[in-house]
Amino acid sequence: MKTKNIMIVGVGGQGTLLTSRILGGITTDAGYDVKLSEVHGMAQRGGSVVTFVRYGDFVSEPIVEEGQADVLIAFERLEALRYSHFLKKDGVIVVNDLCIEPITVVTGAFEYPKNIIEGLKEKYKVYAVDAMTEAKKLGNSKTFNIIVLGIAAQHMDFSQEAWLDVIGKTVPPKTVDINKKAFLLGYNRRSY
Amino acid sequence: MAEKKIMLGNEAIARGAYEAGVKVSAAYPGTPSTEISENIVKYKEIYAEWSPNEKVAMEVAIGASISGVRAMASMKHVGVNVASDPLYTVSYIGANGGLVLVAADDPGLYSSQNEQDTRCVARAALVPVLEPSDSQEAKDFVKFAFEISEKYDTPVIVRTTTRLSHSQSPVILEERIEVEDKPYERNIRKNVMMPGNAIGRHIFVENRMNQLEVDGCKFPINKVEYKDTKIGFITAGIEYHYIKEVCPDASILKLGIVNPLPRKLIEEFASKVDKLYIFEELEPVIEEQVKSWGIKAIGKEIFTRQGEYSANLLRKAVLKQDLDLTPKAQVPARPPILCPGCPHRSVFSVLKKLKIHAAGDIGCYTLGAVAPLDVIDTTVCMGASISTLHGMEKAKGKDYIKNWVAVIGDSTFMHTGINSLMNMVYNNGTGTVVILDNSITAMTGHQDNASTGKTLQGDVADAIDIATLCRAINIKNVIEIDAFDIVELERIFKEELAKEEISVIITKSPCVLIKGMKFPNICKPISGKCKKCGMCLKPGCPALTKNEDGTIAIDETMCNGCGLCKQLCKFDAIECVERGKN
Repeated sequence: MKTKNIMIVGVGGQGTLLTSRILGGITTDAGYDVKLSEVHGMAQRGGSVVTFVRYGDFVSEPIVEEGQADVLIAFERLEALRYSHFLKKDGVIVVNDLCIEPITVVTGAFEYPKNIIEGLKEKYKVYAVDAMTEAKKLGNSKTFNIIVLGIAAQHMDFSQEAWLDVIGKTVPPKTVDINKKAFLLGYNRRSY
Repeated sequence: MAEKKIMLGNEAIARGAYEAGVKVSAAYPGTPSTEISENIVKYKEIYAEWSPNEKVAMEVAIGASISGVRAMASMKHVGVNVASDPLYTVSYIGANGGLVLVAADDPGLYSSQNEQDTRCVARAALVPVLEPSDSQEAKDFVKFAFEISEKYDTPVIVRTTTRLSHSQSPVILEERIEVEDKPYERNIRKNVMMPGNAIGRHIFVENRMNQLEVDGCKFPINKVEYKDTKIGFITAGIEYHYIKEVCPDASILKLGIVNPLPRKLIEEFASKVDKLYIFEELEPVIEEQVKSWGIKAIGKEIFTRQGEYSANLLRKAVLKQDLDLTPKAQVPARPPILCPGCPHRSVFSVLKKLKIHAAGDIGCYTLGAVAPLDVIDTTVCMGASISTLHGMEKAKGKDYIKNWVAVIGDSTFMHTGINSLMNMVYNNGTGTVVILDNSITAMTGHQDNASTGKTLQGDVADAIDIATLCRAINIKNVIEIDAFDIVELERIFKEELAKEEISVIITKSPCVLIKGMKFPNICKPISGKCKKCGMCLKPGCPALTKNEDGTIAIDETMCNGCGLCKQLCKFDAIECVERGKN
């Protein structure tokens, strides 16, 4: 299989590491060669963070380069836009329709861009979801990232059972059920 | 079948230490090296500790090695500077039990104050360096490092980079080798480095490195791939994978040992390829040596010394491809920020109000240098805040630093800050030192230190009380204060800065990210009371934003209820309430 390139982007603290570990787990379980690249340290303090996941028969470099991403999973709108140039021409964006203003906007130095999702739709296949609201309805706002992952999973070739299995093994034990529910909410969503 | 596991580079390094039979590990946390110790601690067969700084960690490992067991120290690249004093000399002493230093470089400056290349230090210190390229090699090379450490009587550096340390790839797990302790024999000619002995050991070191230059050619950790010989690459580490991605048909010499260079192997490879590229991140360490042997090669003429490399760099520089990339979107930057409820924000907001400059240090609080806090003026290295303030006072006089403080965290103070404070006392200095005590080494991901009362294992330790320590070195003005009491903070800053003495103000409040911290309260705007003055927004808490009408909104999921915004509001428009209650 040709190497598949996934990117997970967001704001430090939104759970990009947990999500990439789920992806690392499912691709390894499926017998693929896998490489993941993460951001640790200072950038995690509310900064822009990016995680790369590459899987296939044989994977060499651990990073996804500009123009190479098949799927961009974004936990925040501005971050989707920031990394959109990493996508292939026919790339897919799954974006959490959420605005977290960066400090450069809060201080008034810059404006938060308007109509981000509309603009991205002109160039890419975009699946936008207000996952935060959905997660709150589910009873745990922290599961928003798993809802987004569920939608992204529609664009990857793993079975529902395999996803639920790896989620069960990866998330904290007390949150397994709610995270599985969150995943299915995204996985079964068909309208945007 | 052997178990295969996907592992972080740092996790694989820890596994390598375990499998190699390591018995002692010492480290000081620092991105990108921190997870090595956090994983080593899972192996009960290894004694592992956080030392107060990298010099101490290195010396702990040296002591263990001299006593006859395999020992490892790990640190980030700038930590190697702190450890360089013992490193340069243990190069002469060598190893009894295998001795390995894992040094984690940070090309691209993900979380560091410079982009230095540990290979340069290793060349100067005459210490061999191995460089793995993925998690499997990280584990294998650590094990091999211990073998050659004992065989050649030398400390060995395993060099990793952020990309390797923080990437995950599959690793095949093996059993731990139970290495028998080497007998200890008193040998002052080898272990006591005074001039008469060191002269002899320097000759030994030179011979050792010459021998390694020859023997290194046969090390299994080097990999020679002859394919199309029109283009050849010499490389090491993660860069190898970028070449494989872009030029799968090129010939490649992938070096496992990068110091000393296996000269014959390189000369043979160079003679067989038409055009030779040397592809190495950061400094031209391989390139300059290879060129000095009269070999023609292309390196830093087309590849940068800065940042991380990539496959696209090769596509552009070597293949001259027009990549037709989509231009980057012009969007506002999102730099890291202090968390909601961070006690540093509170202290900085008071310093800012009083228009006080700060000599800064290394930690989350370095973020106090940028908008909207703008308090910190200088940051050099661990512990430098106190000594740079002292230098200013000696240069310009006592009045000059009346509107200056030094700010330093609890872990950084224990690391090297205490030395600088002793210097202020000894040399009749004056000035105000603020120790931002958040009870943890926060920036690297919450490691304990000598002042927190817990070991790397999480066991109870005798916590060194910072205030008592300061008083013990004869500082009269030592004040401990709640970091969120901004009224009292302001009074104390004014009072202490007016004195012509040394004052240490310890601002106390735990980091909000410490595991198990509970936040029963949140801050809430009181409807109709907000006058849109913006005072509460000034310290830049990320939980606070403006509604469209200009009144304040507080994100309940982000707020930790620290109450700083409530204190800053002059119109009592914010209240602190129990979370979940209206």
